[in-house]
Amino acid sequence: MELCSFLTLDSFITDPLTHDFMRKALLMSSLVAAVCGYLSSYLTLKGWALMGDAVSHSVMPGVVVAYALGLPFSLGAFIFGVGSVALIGFIKQKSRVKEDTVIGLVFTGFFALGIVLVSKIKSNIDLHSILFGSPLGISLSDVKQTIFISLLVVILLSIFRKDLMLYCFDPRHAKTVGINVLFLHYLLLTCLSLAAVVGLQSVGIILVVAMLITPGATAYLLTDKFDNMTIISVLSAIISSLIGIYISFWFDLETGGSIVLAQTFIFLFAFLFAPRYGIFKLKKFFAGYK
Amino acid sequence: MESINYQNFRIDAENICVDYNGKVALYDANLRLKPGQICGLVGMNGAGKTTFFNALTGFVNISKGKIRINGESVRSAQKDQTIAYVPQSEGIDSQFPINVWDVVMMGRYGSMNIFRCPRESDVQAVKDAIERVDLTDHLSTPIGNLSGGQRKRTFLARAIAQRASILLLDEPFSGVDIRTEKLISELFIQFKNEGKTILLSTHDMIHVREFCDLVLLINKTVVAYGETSEVFTPENITTTFGGISPDFLFGPES
Repeated sequence: MELCSFLTLDSFITDPLTHDFMRKALLMSSLVAAVCGYLSSYLTLKGWALMGDAVSHSVMPGVVVAYALGLPFSLGAFIFGVGSVALIGFIKQKSRVKEDTVIGLVFTGFFALGIVLVSKIKSNIDLHSILFGSPLGISLSDVKQTIFISLLVVILLSIFRKDLMLYCFDPRHAKTVGINVLFLHYLLLTCLSLAAVVGLQSVGIILVVAMLITPGATAYLLTDKFDNMTIISVLSAIISSLIGIYISFWFDLETGGSIVLAQTFIFLFAFLFAPRYGIFKLKKFFAGYK
Repeated sequence: MESINYQNFRIDAENICVDYNGKVALYDANLRLKPGQICGLVGMNGAGKTTFFNALTGFVNISKGKIRINGESVRSAQKDQTIAYVPQSEGIDSQFPINVWDVVMMGRYGSMNIFRCPRESDVQAVKDAIERVDLTDHLSTPIGNLSGGQRKRTFLARAIAQRASILLLDEPFSGVDIRTEKLISELFIQFKNEGKTILLSTHDMIHVREFCDLVLLINKTVVAYGETSEVFTPENITTTFGGISPDFLFGPES
């Protein structure tokens, strides 16, 4: 990398675009980020951060088994993602152990199973890319799967946008006026599993929960309107993805980690400077200035 | 003949039981309310007041007994938007990014199409409801910026917009200002004249005497039920509150 080519913003942005794998990575990661960011609004308002963490870790054995059997990895991941949630619900109901303990217990169990399976099933599974993501090495069949799943999640969320918002806000009212709350519960879980599946390609299993909660948390600090929250969440997720990939390209850093770090920095910025809810409450500051 | 009898009652709960994973929350509870009646639901914390509401709205399933709403099942009452539930303040995330207009519009969701696109009639219903609770100046105020009383009125407006004939109110007077209290009591009289049926839970014994035609005292099951003047006696209240005398609870004069 030559220093002078790096110094002009123009080449900073356009140079990576000459590589086919970079164009693909930027496009796919933006798509994945948009999907996760969309869902993120619901998860942060519903208080499902821990659930997101659980589902995303629990897909591990599913991914390994699917690879070993030559099935689409999203199928395996989906089954184990939904399965983990069912198991959490079952153990919680049948024992006196508290919910957060059950969640932690189940997802670490699944995750451990995945790691053990990787060591036992001799195949060409790249543990590193599952754990940390590999947006730069995404294959054509993965691209097709990702686009299909992303579109599915976006369509589902868009159709049931308002019902899901009501479900997060006041499930009792939803039930009272005849809206199928159980359906919405499983719809949100399904979308969560699917988003975790596509998200793990970008940033890996360990960090995918960040894709599912950080953009929503950032947006929550910046607005009091649900629609705006969704828009801000999606935009901040996409921007973080682009920044992360560029930074990782130029400085030769781990891509998944860079994307999540970019998200974290945007959150910190909102945390400090959000007009109404930031530490420094800029709105008040400027009001006083006038 | 039998079904006509049922139709006379807005709410007809017969020997209902609710248990959560084997733990009994409510058993053998009965309640019959006619159009235009206001009934107070009184009991200790954990006596099953919220459970009773949940059973009537279908939010929890009853394990025994029968509930008829206008002579029909709870399921069809949900479909017909018959029951509106006004939550207590603690039951709501006040930091949720939503404004007054959107909350009240939620009262119309049940009768909209799957995308919940408001029709002209929905917009009008929401406008009217907000006007009745005197919040027209706060249409686009996020609920997090409202006072406790204004927030309570928002949810009341949602129930009005829903055009339900039965209103269930969980602690409608807790944490509200004088103005809201006055507005709510005026609305109660209007609702009564419109033939709506109201079931409200409250800790405040004065409100029971003031508004409620009937009172239902519960402690896991019905302790006493009937006309407020007859049933709301110190003895019954003492039984309801597990042997603690009302003098101790509310002072000798209340």
